[in-house]
Amino acid sequence: MIVYILCFILFLVGVYGVLTKKDLIKIILALSIMEYSANLFLILFAYKSGGGMPILSKGEKIQGMVDPLPQALVLTSIVIELGITAMLVAFAIRLYQKYETFDITKIRRLSG
Amino acid sequence: MKNKGMTIIVKTITRITVWLILVYGIYIILHGHLTPGGGFPGGVIIALAFLNVLLAQGREFTKNWLKMNLLHDLEATSAILYLIVGILGISFTGYFLSNFLPKGKLFNLISAGTIPVLNIIIGLKVCAGLFFVLWSLAIFHLASKEEEK
Amino acid sequence: MILPLPYFIVIPLLAAFLISLISDEKDHWAIILSVASIISLLVISIAGFIHVIGDNIVYKLGGWDIPYTICLVMDSFTAFILITIHLIALTSIIYSISYIRHFSKSGKYYSLFLLLIAGMNGVVITGDIFNLFVFMEIALFSAYALVAYGNKAEQFEAAFKYAVMGSISSTIILIGIGITYSAFSTLTMADIANQVESVDSGIVTWLRCIFAVGFGLKAAIIPFHAWLPDAHSSAPAPISSMLSGVLIKALGIYVIIRLFFNVFGAPQIFLHAFRILGSISILIGVLLARYQWDLKRLLAYHSISQIGYIMLGIGIGSYLGILGAVFHLLNHAIFKGLLFYNAGSVEMAVGTRDLRQMGDLKGKLPTTTGTSMIASFSISGLPPFNGFFSKLILIYAAVQVGYFIHAGIAVIGSFLTLSSFLKVQKYGFLGGTEPELTETKISTSMKSAMIILTIMCLLTSIIIIPGIREYILRPVVYDIMSKAEYIKLVLGG
Repeated sequence: MIVYILCFILFLVGVYGVLTKKDLIKIILALSIMEYSANLFLILFAYKSGGGMPILSKGEKIQGMVDPLPQALVLTSIVIELGITAMLVAFAIRLYQKYETFDITKIRRLSG
Repeated sequence: MKNKGMTIIVKTITRITVWLILVYGIYIILHGHLTPGGGFPGGVIIALAFLNVLLAQGREFTKNWLKMNLLHDLEATSAILYLIVGILGISFTGYFLSNFLPKGKLFNLISAGTIPVLNIIIGLKVCAGLFFVLWSLAIFHLASKEEEK
Repeated sequence: MILPLPYFIVIPLLAAFLISLISDEKDHWAIILSVASIISLLVISIAGFIHVIGDNIVYKLGGWDIPYTICLVMDSFTAFILITIHLIALTSIIYSISYIRHFSKSGKYYSLFLLLIAGMNGVVITGDIFNLFVFMEIALFSAYALVAYGNKAEQFEAAFKYAVMGSISSTIILIGIGITYSAFSTLTMADIANQVESVDSGIVTWLRCIFAVGFGLKAAIIPFHAWLPDAHSSAPAPISSMLSGVLIKALGIYVIIRLFFNVFGAPQIFLHAFRILGSISILIGVLLARYQWDLKRLLAYHSISQIGYIMLGIGIGSYLGILGAVFHLLNHAIFKGLLFYNAGSVEMAVGTRDLRQMGDLKGKLPTTTGTSMIASFSISGLPPFNGFFSKLILIYAAVQVGYFIHAGIAVIGSFLTLSSFLKVQKYGFLGGTEPELTETKISTSMKSAMIILTIMCLLTSIIIIPGIREYILRPVVYDIMSKAEYIKLVLGG
């Protein structure tokens, strides 16, 4: 139970970072923290107490294993978030080229 | 001063370690159906080997050493190959991406049907794609600095 | 005849990678491949719709059995949205043949566009909830990249904001999927629908809230609408029409209808919430649009208002309410696409998007002026265009069940929309001053895309005739409202 609460606190740290920070790079880092906490949350659901790793090696008998399906889901999710982070970093570089600053309170040409 | 990479110590060491990283990445891709790993982590490790060359030796050396056109074509071709393996599944059994090659014995290297083939295809695409993202970020810096001059 | 469903995903992906392989600096092959693939997709989706009115189709990926594999399901609602997506995509590709040549000459735009189509097709056709998340991310990825296609400063700013807000909502949806797997121990949507009663109802209420918030941000319902004016007004014109016409409906409205009517079930409190949020969306969207002088930003605020009409129809929940919502979905895609094409051609001709600097364009751009007048009448709900009929069904459905306040809000919203578009016509197209033109002519491809959509504006109002309505729209509403049929389709047969 403690583990789930800690995972939720990590999510809240990420949300706090996205909402209050003014630097573009810090927003990208806080978004990454938030996505890591979601992946951790998925893996925590797969744990069975007393289970071993779900890999069958030569000469081993089949015993109680943890659930391997959320691990496949997390692998896909990590790939997606890698792409999103790469795209956000590319946007940040182009924004710096156009606006000469990383401060998000000054990048505000669209309003209304 | 710029565009020359790092110092001579780093350049000598990376000349040896790049090949070790490459072998490790290929090992993880090929044993994807026996041990943890598979297409995506192995592809990332091979891309990191190329990134090691880029960081240590500089952009000019990397542009001469790796042929960028070949990597660009490799990326698109491997994606098309993946879809062709899926469509071959339709023509063999009627379902997309079904496992139609012979499955072999348990724990062998060549077993489990189409899974090692798909692992290799995914590994090639991931390494080419990820390296191109990092390469275009490095090249963009070069282009904008040249525009300002 | 089994219609092989993976072809809806394989054909655009194959075309996208082939374009990336063979087109280097000119875009002839890119245009030919993309037009060919979308025309073939349109033909397959119309054939699928006609086939599916008889019996629906389920397809197992990889040949494994149903609760253990990803399954693709096509019932009438899916086929209906597929036809909408491919129709708007065809006109968008025709429009962008000459529009994108002003930005850059390479074929990368067409490759990203086909990835967008593949992602949206995947969302609509899948029957597995994590597969839906993956295809949604593919579609959003291409949308972020396409918003920033023109290399202007405002486009990067809008794309950054859109990407950050979209990622937050995607993370919330991923947490929801994790809780779903832990509570139901399956990921197939029909299996979840089968087990909803036997799970603790507190968890199911939490899941409904999480998915309503997450997909509500994708559909731009009112507390979560802040990304839409920036993103849809800064994008290039054919991408604005794709985003505003199809993306917010295929990713937001379709998933909300599928999850709340077929999978989790919708208790009355959620339908009340959708109805109230829909009415607030109608009013706030139109009132905020009246202060805008930027043409595309005005159209983006009107998108929020029209999505409010669709949410109102969903919230009413009766047969006529859902009929009106689905019909309005198709109509809004058509006339909003046409309005964005007009804005794009005006921007290319005059060089600015500010309404105060345009003037008498009637002589110089006759096609644009005529089609924009027809589109303005459609969106305001004047007969005999299609907007009138769908809004009439929605207002009648509201009155029939007894929600007079919501019906009144819908009527007031319609009048305010009319006044807003009369302002656009007065300042933008029929004003007094003579603006100077930068470009000479609007090319044939842009004109033909606008004329195709204008004809569709008139054709889709034929659907109101009772014989055709029973043939086209009744299976759609029937498939939405019956949860037991969906479960029996995927699990039983």
